[in-house]
Amino acid sequence: MKFVDEYRHSTLLKNQLAELRRGITQRWVIMDVCGGQTHSLLRHGLEEALDDVLELAHGPGCPVCVTPAEVIDDAVKLAKRPDVVLASFGDMLRVPGHTGSLLQARAAGAEVRTVYSPVDALQLAAKEPHKQIVFFGVGFETTAPATALAVLQARQLKLRNFSLLVHHVRVEPAMRAVIQLPDNRVQGFLAAGHVCTVTGFAHYRKFVDEFQVPVVVTGFEPSDLLAGLTECVRLLELRKPQLRNQYERAARPEGNVHAQHLIDEVYAVATIPWRGFGEIPDGGLVLRSQLSDFDARRRFGIIASPSSSDGECRSVDVMAGRIKPPDCPLFGNRCTPDMPVGAPMVSSEGACAAYFSYARPFERNHE
Amino acid sequence: MNDLERETQSSHCPLPVGDHGDQITLAYGEGGKLSRRLLHERLLPRFGNEQLRLLGDAALLPTTSGQIAFSTDAYTVSPLFFRGGDIGKLAVFGTVNDLAVSGARPRWLSLSLVIEEGLAWSVLDRVLDSIQIAAITADVAIVTGDTKVVPRGAVDKLFITTSGIGDVLIPSPPGPIALQPEDVLIVSGPIGRHGAAILCAREQFDFDPAPTSDCSLLTGPLAALHSARVCPRAVRDATRGGVAAILYEWAESSQLSCVIDESSVPVDAAVRAVCELLGLDPLHLANEGTFVLATPPELVERTMTILRQHHVSLRAEVIGRLRPRRTVPVTIVRALGREVTLAEPSGAPLPRIC
Repeated sequence: MKFVDEYRHSTLLKNQLAELRRGITQRWVIMDVCGGQTHSLLRHGLEEALDDVLELAHGPGCPVCVTPAEVIDDAVKLAKRPDVVLASFGDMLRVPGHTGSLLQARAAGAEVRTVYSPVDALQLAAKEPHKQIVFFGVGFETTAPATALAVLQARQLKLRNFSLLVHHVRVEPAMRAVIQLPDNRVQGFLAAGHVCTVTGFAHYRKFVDEFQVPVVVTGFEPSDLLAGLTECVRLLELRKPQLRNQYERAARPEGNVHAQHLIDEVYAVATIPWRGFGEIPDGGLVLRSQLSDFDARRRFGIIASPSSSDGECRSVDVMAGRIKPPDCPLFGNRCTPDMPVGAPMVSSEGACAAYFSYARPFERNHE
Repeated sequence: MNDLERETQSSHCPLPVGDHGDQITLAYGEGGKLSRRLLHERLLPRFGNEQLRLLGDAALLPTTSGQIAFSTDAYTVSPLFFRGGDIGKLAVFGTVNDLAVSGARPRWLSLSLVIEEGLAWSVLDRVLDSIQIAAITADVAIVTGDTKVVPRGAVDKLFITTSGIGDVLIPSPPGPIALQPEDVLIVSGPIGRHGAAILCAREQFDFDPAPTSDCSLLTGPLAALHSARVCPRAVRDATRGGVAAILYEWAESSQLSCVIDESSVPVDAAVRAVCELLGLDPLHLANEGTFVLATPPELVERTMTILRQHHVSLRAEVIGRLRPRRTVPVTIVRALGREVTLAEPSGAPLPRIC
């Protein structure tokens, strides 16, 4: 298949792997901040192939995983209202809050529907004028333009039965939060390619200068990831903390200006809580005050719940690069994709789910 | 000829709209005159055979000398019509295929319809036409049945249950308990087509090319394998949970491990595109006309020759093998040559696909 096969060709990947390994003199710690990259690294066996020469850490790049349990609780509260239909992406339905998941709320009678885009939820609002449609959306700058568009269309269509519960987060402040941790070990970053197609990547120059670490804009296919890692290693070996773009076919320094305007028209940058990390300065996007009519919490008088700890779940240590998912005492026994304790085990983009799903087959033990 | 016989022999939609209305009402399910009219006007003309015409409470069937295979399945797919099939075709082929992969020659079916009040007669007629064609294709007789009409919202448009009986052919596949290390895994055609087609139909995704369901009859190649005495050790049609679910089940029952090679698994471009965009694994998507079989290495060549003589299994491929048990029950060798765990399908990414 075009645009897929050429980035997964076995010979190409083997050559890239060999080249990457040749240039390494020490076991650098490189972090991706994108659930898609995490999954690709594990699914295609790249992490295992590089484990002896590189330490790959998987940062807070899964939007479902960094959504605080309290936000899920608010979604459940909204869904339980008899006048509300709560629409969301499939992933969000399984994530447990403190009061259960949206799937459990649905089984108990709440009206919860899966949609593939916020615009689908908008169409639902137009079709069912007697119901209040609340779209529950999370995501980085990649999904924010779509929810922004939905709000603007709802305003234009004067849809009074559409509102949003969103937890939009921003990538660069999360990288900042990781690198400023007192025990940070991350030495280089792969910047999330898809987010850069929206935001551009020029803003990473400041990050590179401030923290003196290389940042390489990287795609998702195995050959993209190997190219990104190779470049990051090259910069580390040369002791040159610089910004590079290895995803030229999609990412431009200026990004998608139209999408940025949409985000800017609807959302303001704000300090918001991340699951496990607490409040991250400028870490999220909130509806601008002139659009607060579309804020579901405000419309239905939901008071945001105070945040609380995640108990034994060590997902924050995973996302900070302190441990690998299998090092968590819950991993694989009390916490599995079927019975998740923490969000990274639920989401299809979560690091724990990736390790669980694509674990390396252990040495045979029955022969 | 009395009125009843005349109606019975007439074509599919004999009554003027003014009499029936466009939609099915609860009265058609209440056992009285209207229920009888539904039976005589729409069902008997399509499926009339000696047994069904007797209208007894049970069909009386001749006994066979050997074993019979008996299977049942409920079909609730949404939407009712999709590229490559519909709920009617699915309800016949699904149960017939379950019998066929169990080593039986399908002979009789029951047909039970649960209809939501308000369903258009034209929709029911389309589905019944499809059931009729599928039953003729599969050479099975519908010998007993039931219809119910339930209040709006009690079911989604139309649910169908079929049960099937078939004569067990000798030799029948012994099943996954008989699997041996080094047995070879074969898939009968490109995978994931039904799941991808249903997803696109439901969500109105406009892919080009659009995925088409593989909904089809599997009796041909399986009967051919039996008559050639090229008996596989195990056969399953890869419905819900897809090929991955079968491999996990087989690994569990046999206490062996399965290893497959990603590059040899046949996947159509349309299905790959859907999977790439939505982050799905074709190995997890449902099939409705594709089976997986395991056979000893010495039978692989003859098996493949026979499979490739049948349209439905023309694109059969060897995808992997069994081996002694390891900690991970099912693994896949991906492009880099690295062997990683194949994720077990958990939960339904797509509700109500069959």
